[in-house]
Amino acid sequence: MADSDVLDDDGRRDFLVKVTSVVGGAGAAAACIPFIASMNPSSDVLSKATTEVDLSGIPEGGMHTVAWQGKPVFVLHRTREQIDAMKNSNGGFQPEPDQQRVKQPEWLVVVGVCTHMGCVPNKEGPGWTCHCHGSQYDDSGRVVRGPAPKNLEVPPYRFIAADKLVIGEA
Amino acid sequence: MSNKIIQWIDHRFPLTSFVKHELTAYPTPRNLSYWWNFGFLAGFVLVLQVVTGIFLAMHYKADIAMSFDSIQHIMRDVNYGWLLRFMHSTGASAFFLVIYIHMSRTLYYGSYRAPRELMWWTGQGLLLLLMATAFMGYLLPWGQMSYWGATVITNLFRATPFIGDQVVVWLRGDYTVGDATLTRFFALHYLFPFLIIGGVMVHLVALHTVKSSNPSGIDLADKDNIPFHPYFTSKDFYGLGIFLIVYCTFVFFFPNSLIEPANNIPANPMQTPNHIVPEWYFLPFYAILRSVPNLVGGVVAMGLSVMVFSFMPYLDRSQIPGGAHFRPWYRVMFYLFVVDMLVLGYIGYIPPTDSSIIVGQAATLVYFTLFILLPYISRREEQWLIRRGLPPEVQALIVSETREISKYPKRRRRGDTT
Repeated sequence: MADSDVLDDDGRRDFLVKVTSVVGGAGAAAACIPFIASMNPSSDVLSKATTEVDLSGIPEGGMHTVAWQGKPVFVLHRTREQIDAMKNSNGGFQPEPDQQRVKQPEWLVVVGVCTHMGCVPNKEGPGWTCHCHGSQYDDSGRVVRGPAPKNLEVPPYRFIAADKLVIGEA
Repeated sequence: MSNKIIQWIDHRFPLTSFVKHELTAYPTPRNLSYWWNFGFLAGFVLVLQVVTGIFLAMHYKADIAMSFDSIQHIMRDVNYGWLLRFMHSTGASAFFLVIYIHMSRTLYYGSYRAPRELMWWTGQGLLLLLMATAFMGYLLPWGQMSYWGATVITNLFRATPFIGDQVVVWLRGDYTVGDATLTRFFALHYLFPFLIIGGVMVHLVALHTVKSSNPSGIDLADKDNIPFHPYFTSKDFYGLGIFLIVYCTFVFFFPNSLIEPANNIPANPMQTPNHIVPEWYFLPFYAILRSVPNLVGGVVAMGLSVMVFSFMPYLDRSQIPGGAHFRPWYRVMFYLFVVDMLVLGYIGYIPPTDSSIIVGQAATLVYFTLFILLPYISRREEQWLIRRGLPPEVQALIVSETREISKYPKRRRRGDTT
């Protein structure tokens, strides 16, 4: 017993230093969690998660921009010609059939944030043009000219009535 | 009486010896040119920014519903608020101008070489802190440029592997730049200057350990060093006078020339301005970002273009003193680099067209090629210079200073502990 109490037991000392460092380091790392987590979206920000859109006021060919989670969402009431044109093409860089991007062909719902640097594209001619770096999207929100790498995102949404949809839940 | 007070303090705190060691007897090479003023000027602008910033913070409101109007309140209602704001906004540009000249001097004269690597690296850290502080401060007026600048830059973190999208949301505290982003940027914009002050202390301790470099690039003997005070305090203050003339011209006559007109429109998350430009001091790096036709590649290239300076002590293999002064090849590379930065800055400023993208890509290539070729060119240049021989007066100076230093090794660095 007396032998193990010797002060210059290097192995024992090394072991204690290592264990203390590990426990102390783990504790310090754990203490960082609340600080890092506090920077994530707070409950009131999360509660903005869904947005209801009234479709009755949008004429055929017209578009409304609504805010969902602070982001602009384009709700486009497409004409028959637009629907036909989109059905016949498959997009550009990221081919995707139009049917997969809409729930009802008359209504296109896409997040109005350019997939390149996050600017808001403008409705110009057929489709959209992003003025920041010149990307173009068609009337299905598919990218047809770079530098944007991806199609405009389709947010989760569902129709809750004939002329009402809610964005943010599928 | 004052003597007694100083004695009382000296018993408890090394006041007199500190002033003597770091100021009145601090040995400084006698041949420093005005290019050596810019470290002091950077320190001065730092103080200016902290002081004006603290007084602006007394009137500013970090809330998306109020921030834009609180700037107008500062400009119209607060006594001398317009002056404080223009001093602060002009000061940001002045800070970068002074720092870029300070860095150019270091590159030109090779001051980053041994034993001053740590000065160069702490300086690199300070540059990053300065960039972060300026970027976050630019969001606070909550104008259109503020908003979309912050949106684009926070978006760059999407390039983070695997968790890119979560990192962007975490940085913003929201799905878009919003109130949470504004308040945290304000908090950090207030904090970072104090981190910079801490970094400057480290920078200065390192400086007072290795002492200033000088235009000759030769380690000067004691007889060629003079006390910092009064010789260089007066030289620095003269330079300060020149600086203040330029600075005040902008503050009083062209304060809006450095503010994008679009920033006089309140931030609108539903509408992006047609042409987004960063502040002038970010333009070359922004041009590099845009030159790479791929998000991750662009972000990596931009990050590398800022961080590549750190490698200079290793990239430059030449031992020839005096930096570009005695090195014709390196001098050509230095001026090519400066011109390339200006080209990149211009490309970053104009809206992208097909031809400007090509020019930007060429300039980006030149930028990195200069750094990549430096180890090879500097070694070849050193061999060539040794074969050809340095100018006789430089050769003579090296010999005489070395003899002097070896004769009086102890006197060489007066005031040093070792």
